[in-house]
Amino acid sequence: MAKRVMVTTHINGEETTFLCEPRQSLLEVLREDLGLTGTKEGCSNGNCGACSVQIDGVLVDSCLVLAVETEGKKVTTIEGLASPAKLHPLQQKFLEHAALQCGICTPGFIVAAKALLEKKPRPSEHEVRYWLAGNLCRCTGYDKIVRAVLDAAQTMEVKA
Amino acid sequence: MAEATAEYRVIGTRPIRPDGADKVTGRAIYGADMRLTGMLYGKVLRSPHAHARIKSIDTSKAKALPGVRAVITARDFPPAVDRIANLGEMAVNVKYLSHNVLAYDKALYKGHAIAAVAATSPHIAEEALSLIEVEYDVLPPVLHVLEAMKEEAPLLHEDMTTTDLGQKTDRRSNVVTHFRFTQGDVAQGFRNAEVVIEREFNTGTVHQGYIEPHNATALWNEDGHLYIWTSTQGAFVVQRQVAEILGISVSQVSVTPCEIGGGFGGKISVYLEPVVAVLSRKAGRPVKIIMSRIEEFEATGPTPASHIKVKMGARKDGHIVAAEASLMYEAGAFPGSPVTAGGMCIFGPYAIPNMQVDGYDVVVNKPKTAAYRAPGATNAAFASETVIDELAEKLGLDPLEIRRINGAKEGDRQVHGPAFPRIGYIETVHAALEHEHYHTPLEGPNRGRGVASGFWFNVGFQSTVVINVNSDGTVSLVEGSTDIGGTRASIAMQAAETLGIPYEDVRPSVVGTDGVGYTDVTGGSRTTFATGYAAYEAARDVIRQMKERLAQRWNTEMEKEFEGQAEPEIARVTVDDVEYGDGLFRCAKARDKTMTFKDMAAQMARMGGPITGRATSQPRGVGGAFATHVVDVEVDPDTGKVTILRYTAVQDAGRAIHPSYVEGQIQGGVVQGIGWALNEEFCYRDDGSMTNASFLDYRMPTTLDLPMIDTVIVEVPNPGHPYGVRGVGEVPIVPPPAAVANAIYRATGKRMTELPMSPGQVLSRMLEK
Repeated sequence: MAKRVMVTTHINGEETTFLCEPRQSLLEVLREDLGLTGTKEGCSNGNCGACSVQIDGVLVDSCLVLAVETEGKKVTTIEGLASPAKLHPLQQKFLEHAALQCGICTPGFIVAAKALLEKKPRPSEHEVRYWLAGNLCRCTGYDKIVRAVLDAAQTMEVKA
Repeated sequence: MAEATAEYRVIGTRPIRPDGADKVTGRAIYGADMRLTGMLYGKVLRSPHAHARIKSIDTSKAKALPGVRAVITARDFPPAVDRIANLGEMAVNVKYLSHNVLAYDKALYKGHAIAAVAATSPHIAEEALSLIEVEYDVLPPVLHVLEAMKEEAPLLHEDMTTTDLGQKTDRRSNVVTHFRFTQGDVAQGFRNAEVVIEREFNTGTVHQGYIEPHNATALWNEDGHLYIWTSTQGAFVVQRQVAEILGISVSQVSVTPCEIGGGFGGKISVYLEPVVAVLSRKAGRPVKIIMSRIEEFEATGPTPASHIKVKMGARKDGHIVAAEASLMYEAGAFPGSPVTAGGMCIFGPYAIPNMQVDGYDVVVNKPKTAAYRAPGATNAAFASETVIDELAEKLGLDPLEIRRINGAKEGDRQVHGPAFPRIGYIETVHAALEHEHYHTPLEGPNRGRGVASGFWFNVGFQSTVVINVNSDGTVSLVEGSTDIGGTRASIAMQAAETLGIPYEDVRPSVVGTDGVGYTDVTGGSRTTFATGYAAYEAARDVIRQMKERLAQRWNTEMEKEFEGQAEPEIARVTVDDVEYGDGLFRCAKARDKTMTFKDMAAQMARMGGPITGRATSQPRGVGGAFATHVVDVEVDPDTGKVTILRYTAVQDAGRAIHPSYVEGQIQGGVVQGIGWALNEEFCYRDDGSMTNASFLDYRMPTTLDLPMIDTVIVEVPNPGHPYGVRGVGEVPIVPPPAAVANAIYRATGKRMTELPMSPGQVLSRMLEK
């Protein structure tokens, strides 16, 4: 077995220290070692976006990042979005618009949409479609997902 | 968002799904999220050859690797029995099922499972795979249905003989079965035709493309009981298959269905469950396996490539008088393509007096095909709906008009025999004809508008629902139907409607084989229909029991009140005197005697104890589903790339219980159909290996490839369901490839006969003189 390395990072606002093998992806460590199974595995080669997380605010596929690369970084996963007893507006709008069917791609889409709205609070439909093209959904045909993101943007802007 | 109709309080509204918060926060437990104490990780060794005899397998080096706890091959399964087992949506030969899970003496496709390892980490398991030594005798593969049907073709199963028109022959061949459906006299029909079109079509192998890979976790306990956690469309069907393959009783197997990340027909057959079970028994610990995306493409169940011939003849007045089709479908490595369903659906939307369909189920060296959303019907409709479009053109008819003239109605006979009950096909054509989309001129060069219709028969099968009344007046609803797309909501809504209580007062849960009676797969568009039917009956059972108890109480009260009076009959309260509506029970014989559902629930303990309603369903009144689609495309004249400009899908839902999820099913089906039309196919090298086994190269539609998908829900209630439900999931995938092909024709003047209509394919057609 490869020698394990100690990594100290911030995950969803909390300092987290873990041991991992250098070959382990961030996705594997999140799911198998830290119990953060909200980040999903769909392809493990960066083509489906189900494992989307933010590292220092940047949207990445966690299957393409080695866990050791997160040393000293801030990682945000789907588990970090809702406040106690209150969903994030994106989560709420996904429910209201019925923007999920099986739900496996949903955490990835919501994290990706969050990253978009941080960069661009009022995106056009085309901008939403361009940004989310890295996330695959096989159930919805995307119509309701795009509407949910546009609606969430509006809600968040009103609140801000 | 939620608005009640005049007819119903709950049905037709759009409430938030009960499992919604769990799924948007990442807390919902899918199969891959399972974690048991002492759990090992498994990996599967797969054949690098598409067709090879397995001469020997040496697992000794793998077993010796530190961290490896068990290694198995097909020899660790009991000898497979050559027997047909009914698995709900399909019947399967247990021998073929077993040999597909682990190859016995031959590898029949690249990716065919050969051996499996359980180890303390997935990385060690992977290392161990490379230490397994397999000696193969490589054989020539056969990769296309027409090649496989040739007499000199290499045989996949040397002992297999063709069943021809129901008769077992002694002809050794890759053709498993040949069947024929006939109505009327097709030869005579063509003699009466004034315009005849005959065309041939080819479609490639495509995959369901669910985002969650197959997974399974098993614990084979020391007491002999086997526990399985998996993402499946049907826990009972997994239980049955595992028991058959392992030669044990179903009562020894408990299957818990985890949340499922898509299925579309691809998560009915077992692949990993028997493997993790036997690994667990050998290792004495729980074992989990998750497939990689490459394994998904190479070794699960795609839907067949096909070769289809269609001939149709019409009179000049637009009436189609004869139709003939020949469908050749690739079953993959083992028998059982959905060619029969394709044959049943190919002319489904039309009333044609003379029809004949021949179907051929053919084995090839590709993964064993599985169901995929209206299995077999999309291939078939691509062919028939393109030919009808050409007929309309030759007759100078609007393509929707020819469909209106020939559309099937109640009483019209289907090619395989049964007459249609009340159906809503014509209504979908009318809605498309009247839609603003169809009346908006499509301007600009290289653009075209196409239409196509589709039929899927839907199924009923078996479901069980239990409703337990809580003391606060809410109920918990227990069901066995995996929720893939919001069916917890659509089932709970039907229960709430029937119980006369708010939707929020019904708490549904999906449980495993130990928790509820037998329930077939979530498939065949059956869940909202058949499990919904069981929920309706279980709710009526609750109300009936409440009425009985109130009748008893009110009868006692009335006996006291009327004691000593001349006519005791006046005072007698029976269950027929108790009425229920809007959450309130009333006594027909004494208007002052009422009780709310909530009060009744609160007083259960003093009125006879707990109340549990239960029902099983096996509904016969299945209502077929029809759809008519309109699409606008633009074709890039330099590259052949097709862009979808606008899409409108009309569908008869019977009754839309939760309209948002009906729209969602339609939109999702349309987009899978667009992917099938334009991009998706398995590309093979001559040696039978796949060149595009990743989501990068197997190109499913993304957000950027699509416009919004407009939906029109037509409601022609199904008389076979208390709320008129038909089932909506499958038919929306059927029309898109033909609709897009017909639109490309309008844009380019070229008829498309191959799927997918990828840029290269479209361009080469455009460059043909």
